[in-house]
Amino acid sequence: MSDVTRITDQGMITLRADFTSLKGITVPETRKIRDGIAWMSPDELLVLVPKSDVSAKLAELEKALNGHYLLADVSDARAVFSLTGDWAREVLAKGAPVDLSPDAFKPGDLRRTRIGQVAAAIWMVDDRTFHIVCFTSVADYLEEWLRHASRSAAKLTYF
Amino acid sequence: MLKLTCPYCGVTGEETEFHAGGEAHLKRFGPGSGDEDFTNYLFSRKNPRGVHFERWRHQYGCGKWFHAARDTGTLEVFGTYTAQTGEPPADIVAKIKAKRPEWEGFA
Repeated sequence: MSDVTRITDQGMITLRADFTSLKGITVPETRKIRDGIAWMSPDELLVLVPKSDVSAKLAELEKALNGHYLLADVSDARAVFSLTGDWAREVLAKGAPVDLSPDAFKPGDLRRTRIGQVAAAIWMVDDRTFHIVCFTSVADYLEEWLRHASRSAAKLTYF
Repeated sequence: MLKLTCPYCGVTGEETEFHAGGEAHLKRFGPGSGDEDFTNYLFSRKNPRGVHFERWRHQYGCGKWFHAARDTGTLEVFGTYTAQTGEPPADIVAKIKAKRPEWEGFA
């Protein structure tokens, strides 16, 4: 089976700004996650740090930024799950309208999409691990959905 | 199935990933405009069978609004383009004209 774990110590900072004005921050390519910075939209990044480092990171980013921007600690507004297993791709493919074949979705790739009809962002950490972020308000539902889809009786081997 | 490609993040998805925003390229008539213009701006919409320009939002993706040119009869999508424009780009208009010679053009 695939293992679903809720990650509780993940700090997340939303940064919205004109990317061309960002200095000292390496913006990942479109729909990629690199060095703990996730591309969420053409003007939005999600900065991932351990929860205990959020205040320090916020202060650091605040110093580096100027002009018009938005910086917000969203750690408690989002839930993060780790999905690991040999058929993690199949588990997500059951509920997300995303091409998750190994040719199309690789480690470092990120997609904002929906899983089981709720908004979520997924990215691949390594060949058999996905991280999934959703709103806290639907976290219990999504956790149940992921556990249900990944139980061994529901095993699929498509990819 | 209607499949759209978001011009901002490059994702191609089917229509449930997007949110329809109605007719595109409306000219706004606000306070101070005539009653007829204001009424038309509020209530009158084109509803053609054929070439149509619409606003769409990449709801379950990057969240950005964009424009789509499509055929409402066949669901053929001629192209999608950014929201930061007041009229369809020339390359999309040319593409539609090539495919639909009878189309009267963007008005």
